[in-house]
Amino acid sequence: MRAYTPKKDVQAKAYYTDRYYVAPQVPKSEVESDAVFAADLAAIKAKFEVKEAYIQVEQMVVYINAHDIYGVLELMRDKLTYTQLSEMSAIDWLAKDDTFEIFYQMLSMTKRKRIRIKYFIENGQAVDSVEKLFRSADWSEREMFDMFGIEANNHPFMKRILMPYDWQGYPLLKTYPLQGDEFAAWYEVDKIYGKEAREAIGPEIRDTARVDRYDSDRFARLGFEVPKGTEITGDEPRNPQEYQEEGGVFLIKKYTKESSTIVDDPQR
Amino acid sequence: MAQVKNRLKPFFENITFDREDNELILNFGPQHPSAHGQLRLMLHLQQEQIVKAHPDIGYLHRGMEKMAENMIYNEFMPTTDRMDYIASSSNNYGFALAVEKLIGVEVPRRAKVIRMMLLEINRLMSHLFWLATTALDIGAMTVFLYAFREREYLMDIIEGYCGARLTHAAIRIGGVPLDIQDSFLHQLRVFLNKLPENIKDYEDLLDKNRIWLMRMEEVGVIPTEMALSWGCTGPMLRASGVAWDIRKEEPYELYDEVEFNVPFSDKGDNYARYRVYMEEMRESAKILYQTIDMYEKCVKDGETELMAHAPKYISAPKLDIMTQNYSLMQHFVLVTQGMRPPVGEVYIATESPKGELGFYINSQGGPYPYRLKLRAPSFWHTGILTDLLPGHYIPDVVSIIGTTNIVFGEVDR
Repeated sequence: MRAYTPKKDVQAKAYYTDRYYVAPQVPKSEVESDAVFAADLAAIKAKFEVKEAYIQVEQMVVYINAHDIYGVLELMRDKLTYTQLSEMSAIDWLAKDDTFEIFYQMLSMTKRKRIRIKYFIENGQAVDSVEKLFRSADWSEREMFDMFGIEANNHPFMKRILMPYDWQGYPLLKTYPLQGDEFAAWYEVDKIYGKEAREAIGPEIRDTARVDRYDSDRFARLGFEVPKGTEITGDEPRNPQEYQEEGGVFLIKKYTKESSTIVDDPQR
Repeated sequence: MAQVKNRLKPFFENITFDREDNELILNFGPQHPSAHGQLRLMLHLQQEQIVKAHPDIGYLHRGMEKMAENMIYNEFMPTTDRMDYIASSSNNYGFALAVEKLIGVEVPRRAKVIRMMLLEINRLMSHLFWLATTALDIGAMTVFLYAFREREYLMDIIEGYCGARLTHAAIRIGGVPLDIQDSFLHQLRVFLNKLPENIKDYEDLLDKNRIWLMRMEEVGVIPTEMALSWGCTGPMLRASGVAWDIRKEEPYELYDEVEFNVPFSDKGDNYARYRVYMEEMRESAKILYQTIDMYEKCVKDGETELMAHAPKYISAPKLDIMTQNYSLMQHFVLVTQGMRPPVGEVYIATESPKGELGFYINSQGGPYPYRLKLRAPSFWHTGILTDLLPGHYIPDVVSIIGTTNIVFGEVDR
């Protein structure tokens, strides 16, 4: 019987883990230890529910409710001088509890502080777009949709951005294999040549490390090349590669030690 | 394999456009020489004026974030080279710094100085490349040749250091792999001594050049609000009136020990960005002179360490590995299984030549990052074209794309 492999997370796994290994934590500190962050947090807490807040690696992390995001970011931009949304995206926790974690990385240039606003959404739930507040969210939310399939409500143009518009599947989900799925393997063949050419062309080889020793087209038989389409028998004569043509290639002279100058001055 | 006729239609690959009466749709790219990579701009035109711009990206998408989730931390380092391939050490550095903050190690001083040298050399390389290609797009062939000549010297220095000219992978998590070569400082001094002259040459050719001014002045004006809202950083933001440089405001490495200015302008047009780039080259040279002194002081003080000492995460020095059994065992585990950083997350921003390069890493204690988000500045500098281009004319598109200094390795990642 084949060993069961979980399908919810098909990313690379550590092939060995000490049974008694307890992973250490990146230290977190109280928000009160930083006066600026404490004031910002108090301002947010006055209007919105804050689930958790702490400081990690010099940045404050604030967990809020999903429906408060627009209000919180508006407050931060207009009242707390966090005028830039550096980055936003999602983290896939579907394998654990069927949720996504969304984070917004905010920057205040006058306070020189960075805050990360986070919240959880259920699988299939949409987020509120903050594109009206920060234009940069226009592209970030599109990227998040492209990579995770999380839609943003009230977004002006909710289309894929990096992948083709007619792509199926969301590449950054943990369920999506690194080498792509069935759809990915046939995408270009179908698109360029049509489905009827599938048999003649075959699926795209998406494993970059794959070497087929019977493939005479793709340099797999280096030194034993045969003309295209020839039947491979296994006893082909060795056909050594000449890297320098007879008479020399244009502009590159044949290397001889006698005729070359060796520069040994490091301070040239 | 039999030849199969493909069914791609010419010009507009299987895409139909809805358009209004008088609008012409121009498909600018993805193979346009002035698009600096694979940028496809769909421009809606009325006569020569753009009424709507729609940048289409993703032609160079390699899924680096996905790759990162399937690689150990050290394995990912060469992949970061392929983001902003014009200044690849700055990507290496951004990633290394983020992981170092995550595992909480402090890099030895000598390694810090070498890193700063590499970073500033990369900044110069990037800015020279920017100047060369932008000038070429606008028609100034001479500047292109001059700037590439200077960039070549820098690439030679880097090649002497790490063996590669474009994709350096010259920085490791926890330090640098090598000390600089003997000729490094000499070559760098020779270059730096000549740089002011060279920059003056470029400026003589461009600063008061009638054509250059017509293409640059009052073209592509980005107001401060728009720059902030679109997440612009680096020279794009500084040319729009916000003097924000992460090296100055949130100093990393030894940037708080060196003296340099942050050039900025409140004009926000192409010409302002050009001036910011030129002045930044001068400031980089200033920093490099100071790092040379710092390096020589390190040598004098006998500081030879190049890698941080953190046996759990970073391999011991070569000598220890070759002589001590336990170091060898740890090295073996680190190479085959990879380091396992603590559980937690970190977002670290560094000032790359293009702007704020950020790495968000979420670690769950495994040898692979659970989530890694690359915040590449060029991504938003491309996005801003949506709002920036309408109202401009077709020739302006070329100069605006030029001054945004976008590199598609990092837009698409």
